[in-house]
Amino acid sequence: MADIQVRQSAGLDVAGVGAILALGVVLAIFGAAWAVDAPFQTQMYTLLAACTLGLGGLVLVCADDPACFSRGRYEDGVVKAGVIAAMFWGVAGLLVGVIIAAQLSFPNIFYFPDLGWTNFGRLRPLHTSAVIFAFGGNVLIATSFYVVQRTCRARLAGGAWPWFVFWGYQLFILLAGTGYLMGITEGREYAEPPWYADLWLTLVWVVYLLVFLATLWKRKEPHIYVANWFYLAFIVTIAMLHIVNNLAVPASFTGSQSYSLFAGVQDALTQWWYGHNAVGFFLTAGFLAIMYYFIPKQAERPVYSYRLSIIHFWALIFLYIWAGPHHLHYTALPQWAQTLGMTFSIMLWMPSWGGMINGLMTLSGAWDKLRTDPVLRMLVVSVAFYGMSTFEGPVMSIRAVNSLSHYTDWTIGHVHSGALGWVGYVSFGALYCLTPWLWKRERLYSNALVEWHFWISTIGIVLYITSMWVAGIMQGLMWRAYNELGFLEYSFVETVEAMHPYYIIRALGGGLYLLGALLMVYNLWRTARGDAPAKERAADIPAAAQSAATLAAE
Amino acid sequence: MDFAAASHFAQTFGLALLIALFAAVLLYALWPGNRKKFEHAARTPLDDDNADNGKD
Repeated sequence: MADIQVRQSAGLDVAGVGAILALGVVLAIFGAAWAVDAPFQTQMYTLLAACTLGLGGLVLVCADDPACFSRGRYEDGVVKAGVIAAMFWGVAGLLVGVIIAAQLSFPNIFYFPDLGWTNFGRLRPLHTSAVIFAFGGNVLIATSFYVVQRTCRARLAGGAWPWFVFWGYQLFILLAGTGYLMGITEGREYAEPPWYADLWLTLVWVVYLLVFLATLWKRKEPHIYVANWFYLAFIVTIAMLHIVNNLAVPASFTGSQSYSLFAGVQDALTQWWYGHNAVGFFLTAGFLAIMYYFIPKQAERPVYSYRLSIIHFWALIFLYIWAGPHHLHYTALPQWAQTLGMTFSIMLWMPSWGGMINGLMTLSGAWDKLRTDPVLRMLVVSVAFYGMSTFEGPVMSIRAVNSLSHYTDWTIGHVHSGALGWVGYVSFGALYCLTPWLWKRERLYSNALVEWHFWISTIGIVLYITSMWVAGIMQGLMWRAYNELGFLEYSFVETVEAMHPYYIIRALGGGLYLLGALLMVYNLWRTARGDAPAKERAADIPAAAQSAATLAAE
Repeated sequence: MDFAAASHFAQTFGLALLIALFAAVLLYALWPGNRKKFEHAARTPLDDDNADNGKD
């Protein structure tokens, strides 16, 4: 009886996804036929190929069993797919980062004047989008799908729709990334994808929200766990930010060019209202949800203070949304708006550090695990980096400090202490937890490799942020230095020359971070395959026997 | 609505509304009657059954 019901409702989700893909095929054909610019035509062919493959895949999977997306206690397939995608995009994004860091040190590395796509200007948004949206986004989608099912004790709602969210998101990344390489951009920082990719993401994101809400709706737990609040805030706010910031009029419905609805300082404020809240709600709220599930789980301790977590959540939500104007100090933006952004940024210290304390203190009674469990150590160090970068950020938002730091590499260093230290480490920790759980392995392939990953990438982060502090503060001081006659002391190119050694150190730090990520991918791949390292197992036994012998001797 | 009206609204009703909302959050979080519920909720990640995980 229940099976018949599953069967009847299952047809609808598959039909819905199929209809969207079929519409995509039709639109792509018309778009390609009437394209007004060559890159747009290539993008339409990409869309056509993706929708056709999607339709084919849907038919292959569902031909015999339309209810195949609704069976089992939990939907873990889509989470597995997310873990794999996160690893792939993570390595790709970090690699592009190392390439452009090398280009900044030695401009001719991997740059060919005949190949436009090797230009720094095109590779830079590829790097930022790949690490933030492709890597970070896949980690967030995968962990949110995992956590919402476990904490609600309910299967993911929507049957085929979560898979639509996953593959739809990959298509968005593909359109955006290949578009940048061909020179398509909206020129809005962290929101460079063209108008049609923005519309596609809006559709995918609304489905994501509905899947998440519907899963919460059918939960078997009376209380909605705090991690789900953070995920929900992330999904809802990103939808709002994405739609408003990308309001634009296409120059042609079959071309890649479009113009923003806003102009002048309103446009700048919209851009940074979006930009800073992408930091607040994508890179913070979403990853705090990871913290609130994976740290208690891995430490096997309850959340230190659940009350604090509620206050942390609402304080963060109330304050973050106002902080954006601190990106526009000393611009045409009215002074009061700049001061507002600065004030709210400083107030953010409270929820940020409240959250950090809550994450760290969850280890009370389990601190010894930091010595033996490198995955937990990675998670805890990520929270420490969260505390550090959310301390540094408000300092930099103070107008006087900003006059020194703005437009310098100090900002780049700050962003990377948050991105590599906080977002990166909390994501790696979650991936190290999820892989054995999802592939049903007793443990990771190698804890020793996690140790190597941890230390190599920690050295990488330290090299990165210290070199950028020095480079940035030096750059800022050189720009504002006057000689006794009131002329600028240094020409611009002299400041560039002075930064050369620090740029090399930065590239080295990024390279180490990439190396660590590659170790993780190898380790997780062997874990998923079910390999057990004989050497490590054998090494464990003598160590245990040894300590037993020492105890006996004492 | 001009700037003066908008800023007047934000500095009076807007301010009161946000403070009232935040006070409601504090009351909810600190209300003694909710203590048991939150203590239970803090254990959610530990209590979720891992029937489908390899770890159990």
